[in-house]
Amino acid sequence: MAIRRKLIAGIASLLSVLLSGGVQAASDLNMRPGVTETSIGAFDLHMMVVWVMVAISVVVFGAMIYSFIFHRKSKNPTPATFSHSTSVEFVWTIIPIIILVYLTWPAVKLLVKMEDASESEMSIQVTGSQWKWHYKYLENDINFFSNLDRTLAVDDPNYLLEVDNMLVIPVDTKVRFLVTADDVIHSWWVPDLAVKKDAIPGFINETWTNIPAEHAGKIFRGQCTELCGKDHGFMPVVVKVLSKDDYKAWVATKNDERIAAEKAAAEAAAASWDMDKLMALGKTTYDAKCGMCHMPNGLGMPPTFPALKDSRIAKGPAEGHIDIVVNGKTGTSMAAYGAQLTDAEMAAVITYERNAWGNNTGDTVQPADIQAFKAGN
Amino acid sequence: MSDHHPTGFTRWLYTTNHKDIGSMYLWFSFVMFLIGGAMAMVIRAELYQPGLQFVEPNFFNQMTTMHGLIMVFGAVMPSMVGLANWLIPMQVGAPDMALPRMNNWSFWILPFAFTLLLSSLFMDGGAPNFGWTFYAPLSTTYGPPSTDFFILGVHMMGISSIMGAINVIVTVFNMRAPGMTLMKMPLFVWTWLITAFLLIMVMPVLAGTVTMMLTDRHFGTAFFDAAGGGDPVMFQHIFWFFGHPEVYIMILPAFGVVSEIIPAFSRKKLFGYSSMVYATASIALLSFIVWAHHMFAVGMPLAGELFFMIATMLIAVPTGVKVFNWVATMWQGSLTFETPMLFSIAFVILFTIGGFSGVMLAMAPVDFQYHDTYFVVAHFHYVLFPGAIFGTTAAVYYWLPKWTGKMYNETSGKIHFWLSMIFVNLTFFPMHFSGLAGMPRRIPDYNMMFADFNMWASIGAFGLGLTQIYFLITLVIAIRSGKKAEDKQWEGATGLEWDALPSPAPYHTFSTPPKVD
Amino acid sequence: MSNEAEEKYENYYVPEQSPWPIVGAIGLFLLAFGGANFIQNTTGKYAPAATEGFSFQVLFSDLGGIIFALGLTIIVYMLWSWWRDAIRESKQGLYSAQMDRSFKQGMLWFILSEVMFFAAFFGALLYVRQLIIPWLGGEGNNVMTHALLWPNFIPEWPLTTTPDGTTTTAMGAMGLPAINTAILLTSSWTLTIAHHALKDNNRQALINYTSITAFLGIIFLCLQVYEYYHAYNDLGLTLGSGIYGSTFFMLTGFHGFHVTIGTIFLIVLSIRCAKGDFTEKQHFAYEAGAWYWHFVDVVWLFLFIFVYLI
Ligand code: HEA
Ligand code: HEA
Ligand code: HEC
Ligand code: CUA
Ligand SMILES: [Cu+2]
Repeated sequence: MAIRRKLIAGIASLLSVLLSGGVQAASDLNMRPGVTETSIGAFDLHMMVVWVMVAISVVVFGAMIYSFIFHRKSKNPTPATFSHSTSVEFVWTIIPIIILVYLTWPAVKLLVKMEDASESEMSIQVTGSQWKWHYKYLENDINFFSNLDRTLAVDDPNYLLEVDNMLVIPVDTKVRFLVTADDVIHSWWVPDLAVKKDAIPGFINETWTNIPAEHAGKIFRGQCTELCGKDHGFMPVVVKVLSKDDYKAWVATKNDERIAAEKAAAEAAAASWDMDKLMALGKTTYDAKCGMCHMPNGLGMPPTFPALKDSRIAKGPAEGHIDIVVNGKTGTSMAAYGAQLTDAEMAAVITYERNAWGNNTGDTVQPADIQAFKAGN
Repeated sequence: MSDHHPTGFTRWLYTTNHKDIGSMYLWFSFVMFLIGGAMAMVIRAELYQPGLQFVEPNFFNQMTTMHGLIMVFGAVMPSMVGLANWLIPMQVGAPDMALPRMNNWSFWILPFAFTLLLSSLFMDGGAPNFGWTFYAPLSTTYGPPSTDFFILGVHMMGISSIMGAINVIVTVFNMRAPGMTLMKMPLFVWTWLITAFLLIMVMPVLAGTVTMMLTDRHFGTAFFDAAGGGDPVMFQHIFWFFGHPEVYIMILPAFGVVSEIIPAFSRKKLFGYSSMVYATASIALLSFIVWAHHMFAVGMPLAGELFFMIATMLIAVPTGVKVFNWVATMWQGSLTFETPMLFSIAFVILFTIGGFSGVMLAMAPVDFQYHDTYFVVAHFHYVLFPGAIFGTTAAVYYWLPKWTGKMYNETSGKIHFWLSMIFVNLTFFPMHFSGLAGMPRRIPDYNMMFADFNMWASIGAFGLGLTQIYFLITLVIAIRSGKKAEDKQWEGATGLEWDALPSPAPYHTFSTPPKVD
Repeated sequence: MSNEAEEKYENYYVPEQSPWPIVGAIGLFLLAFGGANFIQNTTGKYAPAATEGFSFQVLFSDLGGIIFALGLTIIVYMLWSWWRDAIRESKQGLYSAQMDRSFKQGMLWFILSEVMFFAAFFGALLYVRQLIIPWLGGEGNNVMTHALLWPNFIPEWPLTTTPDGTTTTAMGAMGLPAINTAILLTSSWTLTIAHHALKDNNRQALINYTSITAFLGIIFLCLQVYEYYHAYNDLGLTLGSGIYGSTFFMLTGFHGFHVTIGTIFLIVLSIRCAKGDFTEKQHFAYEAGAWYWHFVDVVWLFLFIFVYLI
């Protein structure tokens, strides 16, 4: 008996320790308050519900534990005989309703605010696809893909939470995100901003954030939160916040970079490339962009992702091969790479696919071929 | 004549006996529980520490999907139907279920349906890998070839469930012994009656969903494709119209079970019988208008979000009534803590904790932070494992003497209970924290910051797995060599099955109706 | 406790063991397994990859049709035998009035489940018409959806031009559909007459009106086949014509499927009536068939209104 009682008490105290551990504000065990008005609002609401739940637990579990101790058979051999009481039942229907109203009111207010994306100062189109994000600044001529940085080791603090190109936004600005997807549903989530919106193919969802000035220079990290296939766990969201001036400078650099890149691409495209150079660039491009589906050894994961080794397309006429890489194939996860890769990269990766893993067609595809194909399209 | 039963394996294949069918359901669900649990072990092994150790991401997704599907459709639902088969005829004083042959068909469809589902693991492209919620277009345009087998498997399970539900309803409405008025029925019968109604309402909708998937995949329809004028989100609406009532389908019979057991071991009548009935009915009715609380992040109009948030929170009221009634039943009772009672008490406490996290999830603005993280995983395992599974476990311990005429070993039962209690919390409580810290669900690999929680959860999970093996052993020993049980094994037990029948209950019971006053 | 009640219970009949349920389960399995293989093979979406080692697809894909047909045969045989047994037992007087009530209640709940199956598709139709189409056209908080993704999309119903530009023609409500409505309404009426005739023990009228009802069902089906032919060949309206075609064919198609079942049911009933089955007191199968037919009828009315008329 004594042991049993101790065990019950032990479990009860364990639970209460865990519960109270869970609610210590801003500890490791709790939700992060984040940095925006809405994220702090969500955090406050979270804390409020947690405490309400703890309070109800104390009452309900307290009554139960009291019963276990004082109404056990050895203490109370003859049970009471009551079996209902309309007034008590009425009371414990009403009290939860009151509690819920008390919880609902702030929730409604916060929700209304969160869903109001109007009067934004800038808009960014966020497009999810298997398994990367694309950001397009609607007011500027800036757009880029954001891929997982696969070079980090497991013990790196940013393992799985680092990308090649971060989304950059200014502080103190109401930024509207227009979230959509190319293939399956993804979800764009940055916990510190309390922004989570599903990216639905064919529809655009709006959401927004506005980060206070004191957070300039910080980086916020999140992940895709809707199961989107094999690499769902590998498409992080990284947002860098800059002061307004730094942001302007960043936009300017981005513009310069774009102009330079276009020029370089044009030059590269004009040049004629030899096999070795194509194969070298092809391999890096392939491993970075294609390997996750078609696998570095070219065997793919049939039947979902076809093998390119001995593939009819990769060994057939170059025309068809260029076509599928440039235009992709709708209704499959094979995306159109025409706008994602430079002509040189595309030529290189196609050449690589036609000659690696024993495909040995001996063909080279030149950037000029790609341009010609695109022109004829 | 009364205990004559057919022999050989045709006894099981051709049977029309509700007890045989009930046993087959229960064993089937236990096998599925072990299979689904083994998949959970794969998941937990992979998540034991960061980095990819054992499985490919794609296979991990298959494990998650199959684990969810098998637990929901293979373990929990059939176990509840098994209990219904054993208990409802005995509790309402009927000779058998109303439609005994159809009953057998309902059961036998299941092993075939799950063979179909499990065979997908061996197909090219692997098993379904899009989560147990199989959202389009991941499951339509992008689904692996085995998706079609999954779709038809779901059709088969649906047929089985609908027929099972029809049987329960008709038995309850038409087969009660004279004098057994509706408001005299044991609560287990009531909760199952309402569950059966839910099943009939929502399983066909699930069938409709998967049918649309099939035609979208193969016959060019555009239900879930915006380019043709459809909408991927429509999939979610139709799925959750089924899916939310489905979670109550899994829990209501368990409510019924503890409403039988707590009074028995409190030696006191159930407090507030009629309010229990009304509360159950309210939960069921509300469950039809809350489905979109799973979809707060899909970009619904504000009015929709508000409606579904408030409707969802309302469910806490009738559920609260039930919890308070259980507590009031124990209050000033004369309690003893045999194994079924221990599991029932743990049910009340841990289910309530799961319910609390449910209310948190229901608050749309905060759900944006919880949604699709491990916080949700923690929520639903709390209502499912210590909820549905503990409920069934309690029922098995409680009625085992009546079913088999043998008693389990009380010490083994208690050991099983405490191991379950410790490991269940060790497994699933840390998931609240990893969720709050920002860990998404359905990922095979994660950042260091989630490592500690995951390690604890995995350790708990392995313990919980071994505990289930221990349960199996306890059961087998009890059935083969347990002490002889008394006709009324539990001092405080009430109901026809205890008062009017010997232990074990004879093969054919109530060929003449019992007296109920 | 009353004596009648006890008697009622003593007569209760727990049917003998029966092989048909397990046979039915096997049949369903073959139907599903063969069906999946068959669909994959015919639509050619998943041509089996030439992988090494064991492969389900390679093993079974060509057999899909055969397995499917086998399953279907088994199911039909199972249903036939099961019902034959039930009819035989009923005629032996084994079934009490209580059993009859169980059957009837069972049938009604089954019809409710069918209603919910149709509700899923009607729900989809209404959701599409009331929400999705306007949203794709920029309503609500979807201004950007329209502006950025589907700038040329014009929201309208029937949706004859999909967002991605597939075009089709809508099916008018007058003409065939209106005639079909009239046919089904008439059939409901003839069936009611037949049912009354059964209760009044007027055997000839019973046989006549039941057969007429079945006949009307056949005409309905013929006209619907013609309508589909017209849609595919003249209107360019197909399953693949975007959401209008999807909802149109799925709703009318499943309805047509149910009419087929109902018609077969009625034909069987006509034959059984002619053979002298059913009494004015005990005619569960007849009643079930009648309910089923009325259900199919009501579904059609909703179809006519929501799919064709408005
Ligand atoms: C048995 C199964 C079961 C049960 C009973 C419940 C019960 C509840 N669930 Fe849960 N839920 C699931 C199974 C279940 N759920 C599953 C499987 C998922 C995930 C699906 C997936 O995505 O894979 C899910 C997900 C889920 C979500 C979506 C989360 C997300 O994806 O973002 C939400 C949101 O509202 C939710 C809410 C609730 C609520 C409010 C209840 C309520 O019914 C709880 C009511 C109970 C109580 C509140 C406790 C007792 C009451 C009192 C003591 C009275 C006093 C209390 C108050 C006044 C608060 N659930
Ligand atoms: C009733 C339903 C039910 C039950 C009982 C369980 C039981 C368990 N679940 Fe369940 N789970 C779901 C329903 C359920 N789950 C659902 C619906 C999902 C969502 C799926 C989705 O996202 O689509 C999910 C998802 C889910 C996840 C998230 C996966 C992800 O998001 O990627 C995890 C992770 O830890 C998990 C773990 C467990 C564990 C450890 C158990 C344990 O309790 C299991 C214990 C039982 C056994 C282990 C069996 C007995 C032992 C053996 C067979 C021998 C082998 C044993 C050893 C080697 C030790 N589950
Ligand atoms: C997200 C997954 C994914 C990525 C990344 C991807 N592909 Fe593909 N690829 C596919 C799929 C799926 C198909 C099959 C399409 C079909 O069904 O015809 C495919 C088909 C192909 C084919 C035709 C093969 C055949 O025999 O049918 C080629 C060539 C190809 N991809 C090249 C590339 C190149 C080059 C890249 C990178 C720049 C790339 N893919 C990146 C998924 C991907
Ligand atoms: Cu993208 Cu998950
Ligand atoms: Cu829900």
